[in-house]
Amino acid sequence: MKQVGDRRSGDGGGVTGRRARGELESGVLAALWAAKEPLTARQVLERLPGDLAYTTVLTILSRLYDKGMLVRHSVGRGNAYAPVRDEATETAVRMHSLLERGSDREAVLSRFVSELSREDEQLLHRLLGEQDTGRDDGQ
Amino acid sequence: MTISVYVPLVVTVVLAVLAPRTVRQRAPRPAAWFLACAAVVTVTGWLGSLALLAFTGFAQIPEVAEEGHWSVAALRTHDPVFLSVASVSALALVAGLMSLGVAAVRQVRHLVWARRECGRVPGDTELAVLDDDVPQAFALPGAPGRIVVSRGMLRCLGDAEREALLAHERAHLRGRHHLFQTVWRLTAAVNPLLRPLAEAGGFALERWADEEAADRVGSRTVVARAVGRAALASAAVTRPAALAATGGAVPQRVQALLSPPPPRRSLPFVAGALLLTLCCLSLANAASDSESLVDTAERAQCTTDAGATGTAGAGCPLHEPAPCCDHHGADDH
Repeated sequence: MKQVGDRRSGDGGGVTGRRARGELESGVLAALWAAKEPLTARQVLERLPGDLAYTTVLTILSRLYDKGMLVRHSVGRGNAYAPVRDEATETAVRMHSLLERGSDREAVLSRFVSELSREDEQLLHRLLGEQDTGRDDGQ
Repeated sequence: MTISVYVPLVVTVVLAVLAPRTVRQRAPRPAAWFLACAAVVTVTGWLGSLALLAFTGFAQIPEVAEEGHWSVAALRTHDPVFLSVASVSALALVAGLMSLGVAAVRQVRHLVWARRECGRVPGDTELAVLDDDVPQAFALPGAPGRIVVSRGMLRCLGDAEREALLAHERAHLRGRHHLFQTVWRLTAAVNPLLRPLAEAGGFALERWADEEAADRVGSRTVVARAVGRAALASAAVTRPAALAATGGAVPQRVQALLSPPPPRRSLPFVAGALLLTLCCLSLANAASDSESLVDTAERAQCTTDAGATGTAGAGCPLHEPAPCCDHHGADDH
């Protein structure tokens, strides 16, 4: 699963500590939400890019837990963490209705991807297909 | 003035046609900055030129001239602007300003809404996750802005791609890309000719964020795959009824990421900057011409008045030999 060649080790030196911490929190949160079951600190570490220290991940996990954003399960001698879902569900409902309505409020959002036409979809499959066959590390 | 007042209009048209095409293949960050500057400068030139044309045209209406105490004949000989041109300019000016007002109110309201929403999204983390299977991801501008991503989106991406997505949205927030968008939206509201510029600008912002994300994760391929996968996953869930046939933004972004990085060539930008400078200079020139024209016409009117009344008491302050016209009293017949 790891894409060794694509990793860049360490964080940029210019990033301030607080900002870097915020980014790490986002990374950890995203990894936990992407996973289907609770993850241990070690598993989270494996899913994050860069050469992070195990203790850093532990610190971030406990901070997120203190903020009430994670739930903790005991697994063997350690803990596994999963995201708390209630508030996220509430926000999702509100955001969803906003995006569904096609309101022009969307104008201020920078969306990651715009919509695709059928031809675009084929083109994209071709572009990514070429990419995948060209890759040697597999997924 | 006769020529220079039209130069900003011509520059606007030229840039509206050429800039979006030229800028597409360039490095996205300078491209976005250039497009924003171009939009502001050309809109200023556009409004200024229209105002000058409308003014000089209407100044030739005898009733207006009488009110302003200047000579219609002097205006006409120095600077013929047809009344029809003046009327069209005035209409375009009024329409542009009104539409600017509407767009500005709407934009401010949206930005205020986004900022409030940033506060309402639970947690104080940079990332807010929506518990939703529909793939969604966007940057919500505010103080501080938030990255909003749905669970569906996170699950369709690999580990490195997830990081690329976060880096992309972060780049939008850090670069204050919503302000660029605001500039383009407002300028396009004033002058619909600038819509292609606004579109090219939106694309440049996405490319900018893509390249910054590529820098961050250290691989352009990973970002390309993240963009591609996210778009395919979203397309599988929602497909809008009507869309441009092909060549949408996403395949172009992926293609750009899979090709070598865009060259940092400055020639097109220098050319563009020269055009913008030309636009500013001509507007300034036209404005000063029009000011001195009115001066001349006022003086001409003064001389005529002085000649007609034959009094020495009514004269012009700017004319050395003849004392000046005091518009309020001395030239009453």
